[in-house]
This record gives sequence, structure tokens and C-alpha cells, in this order.
Amino acid sequence: MRTVLHSDLNNFYASVECVYEPSLRKVPLAVCGDPEARHGIVLAKNELAKATGVKTGEAIWQARQKCPGLKILPPDFKKYLRFARMMRGIYADYTDFIEPFGLDEAWLDVSSCHESGERIADELRRRAKEELGLTVSVGVSFNKIFAKLGSDMKKPDATTVISPENYREKVWPLPVEDLLYVGPATKRKLWLRGIRTIGELANCDIQLLRGALGKNGEMLWNFARGNDCSPVLPEGEAAMVKSVGNSTTAPRDLENDRDVYLVLLVLCESVAERLREQSLRGDVVSVSVRDCELNTRSFQRKLPRPTALSAEIAMHARELFRERWYWEKPIRSLGVCVSGLSSQTEGVQLSMFPEANARRYELEGAIDEIRRRFGHGSISRASLLADQRINCINPREDHVIHPVGWRG
Amino acid sequence: MARRAYVRVVAEFSEEGRITPLTVEWEDGRKFRVDKLLDVRLAPATKAGGQGMRYTVRIGGRETYLFEDEGRWFVEARA
Repeated sequence: MRTVLHSDLNNFYASVECVYEPSLRKVPLAVCGDPEARHGIVLAKNELAKATGVKTGEAIWQARQKCPGLKILPPDFKKYLRFARMMRGIYADYTDFIEPFGLDEAWLDVSSCHESGERIADELRRRAKEELGLTVSVGVSFNKIFAKLGSDMKKPDATTVISPENYREKVWPLPVEDLLYVGPATKRKLWLRGIRTIGELANCDIQLLRGALGKNGEMLWNFARGNDCSPVLPEGEAAMVKSVGNSTTAPRDLENDRDVYLVLLVLCESVAERLREQSLRGDVVSVSVRDCELNTRSFQRKLPRPTALSAEIAMHARELFRERWYWEKPIRSLGVCVSGLSSQTEGVQLSMFPEANARRYELEGAIDEIRRRFGHGSISRASLLADQRINCINPREDHVIHPVGWRG
Repeated sequence: MARRAYVRVVAEFSEEGRITPLTVEWEDGRKFRVDKLLDVRLAPATKAGGQGMRYTVRIGGRETYLFEDEGRWFVEARA
């Protein structure tokens, strides 16, 4: 049987800020995005703010309504990255199998360690406190799904063990939405069928779930029964993702095609750069659009051949947008994603115009190199100079903090 | 309440990458010799805030902490 830990740094950003300024522990604190750039939401809060009902993801004004004395700080990602790196250094003393999930969470497979999972979890907690000044919650279990559930059950600074013997008592009474991958839409579908707890999910007829949720239904049913054998992937291998995407909330609402094309171009450049960095290319382009009332729609199309060229991705993204979006409302945020990934070294159907394509790859490769050496802003497309506010979006560096999509 | 007081440090770097602080120069210019290095570990500066590699040193018969945070050194001073 495997021993898998899931470690979660409690209130990560806010806790790091408190390490630097201990007096902040005595006031309700939230780390929030920049309201000027319209990222004005709560990214993390400390325990005092949490007690007043402040929630991650809500707007600053909502948080202030609940907690008038709320102290607000801008995020300092450089600092958080440093702490995440130090925490990873601690994990690495126990195992090479560390799969990060965002900056503040990670799975560890400690099956080959001599000590018990619980002992290692307690030690991680002690060391995080003594060496970094942070607290972590750790879930200990025999698979990743239950380990993650465990780390959520008791916070802050706690170890929760979910074993094959006790998972029915500990996990099954929990609400079904506590399970990884049960979002609002899935929860609604499950509720409609009278499934409200993880135990009810585990004990329902699998055919019912297949009918309601397709393949995902079967996956969730297995998760609820503790049948998750997805491995903890060491960093690097975890990057063998199924898609590469970027999204951004524009500095102002977008109201015409031209604005949208500019933002799409910025996003496509970042996506293409990341594809090339991992020697990947993809043949499905998706565009997701969220309007100013927060309704989201997404469109996708299959390309005739895989690509990692920003010009090509941008062309398809633009066409998709033009064909499918009818401008009922202004747009708040946009996303571009490339999937159907294959390695650049795999065989591919050749283009009728190979030379033109090879030259484009050389050109974009040269741009990558310039950006790597001199910074993202050192070179940009002339068309982006028309709107400096859009041009200053750097999806790549602004968005390293979000967890990559993960699927067992 | 304590504060972080950044200090100038003269240190020795060994071939293995070990760093041994030799002298510490206070903000007011006073210099102190480090008599002995007692311990080195990652730790938060619980009084003044901050975190880094914590050097426990003996200076003039008294034990004190010296922190190194991304190349800058500080001590916890009375505010």
C-alpha cells in the first residue's frame, strides 16, 4: 500500500506577510490583487480575517463590508516563491516524489521511507514552523485524493490520517463538493440525484453516474471509494500536461474586436512560448471569454496540423472569436489554450510550404531567446504598442501562481 | 517590539560553501568581533519579523542571532 501525503501551507500569502511583520498577526489581514488592474480580489487572508467571514476570491469591497478594519496588502510573489522553494527543500529531505499543486500545496509519496506517514507529516509541520515560521496542514492517506481531503479537514497546523480502516467514518459523511473535481456544476447534478455526501456517491449505482456525468462520473465514484491509483509525479514529469493555456483579466473591459485581438495576441505569444519551451505543439486551439457579468463561454477548433507558433495560434484564436462571439456584452477576461499536445520530435504531416514555417519557428525562437536574456518587455510586436496597458500584460510571469490542471 | 537592523558583516567563505561571520558592524559604526559561531539553521526572526539563515553567534560573551536573508544581514534590535 502506498503512503501519500498532501501538504498545504495555511493561508500562505498572508502567513508569509506575517512572518515579515509579526504585528500583522494581531489585525485582520488580506493579501489582495491590484484593484487598478482590476485584479482586486482577496488572494489570501489570515485567521482573524477568516473569522469575520472574509473569503478568498471575493472582491475587496465585499471583504471590507464584512470586516471594516481589514488591513490590505499587495502580493509580493517573489517572496512567496522563495518560501515555496524553501518548503520544497524540506520535502526533498524525505522523498524525490514531490508533485506541486500551485505554490502552496504538494503531494509527496513517502512509501519508501522508513518512518510512518504520520511521523513524517508531524515532522514537516514542526520544520515548517521552526525553519520558515509557517504552519502546514498535512493529510496522510493511501492515495492522492484522500490525502488532499485530509489536509483540508483540520486547519491550521494539523495532521489528519485517512486509512483504509477509517475512511468510511472520516470521509463518507463529508459533503460531496469536498471531493477534488466536484465543482458547482457537478455538485448540482449530483444533488439532483439525491447524492449529497461522499458516502452516498461511493454507494450509488455506477450506471446512474455514468448516465449523469459520463466518464467523470466513474472517476468520481472510484475516488469516493478510495480507488485512486494516480501516481505522485515528480516535478518536471507533472509538467506533462494535457494542455497549455493562459488567461488574463484585461486592465479595462474590452469592447471591440481590435481590443480582443490585441489581448489574444499577448496570450497566444505566451502560450506558444511555453509550448516551445517544453518542446511541445498542439492541434486544438480553445478560446474562453468571460463577459462583464462573469458569464463564461468557450470555443475550440481542431487545426490541420499541430503548431507551436504564436502567429498561427493567434490566427485561429481570432477566427474562432470572430465566428462565435456576438458582442452582447463587453468582455472582462480572455483565455487561450492549446491542447492535443504532441512532442516536437514526433513525426508530423509536412506543410506544403515548409520553408516559410521553418523561418517562422526561427523567428519566434529568436524572440524567446531575447526575452530570456533581456526580460519579457525587451521585445514586442509593433501592433501591441498601440495600447500600452494591454501590452504590459505579462501572462507568463503574472500567472505562475495558479495550479496547473491536474488529472489522475 | 523589535525591529530589523541591517548590519555590515565581514565573513569567511570556505571551499565547501560554509559562511562564517567574523565581524559585525552596527548601524552606528561600532564594530564587534564574532567570538564563536554556535549554530546555523533556517529560522524566522520571531521578534523583528523576517526569515533567513540564522547564525547563532557569541559576541562579547553574549549569544545573539544574526540573520542572512537573500544576501542581506540583520540583527533584531530594540525598536
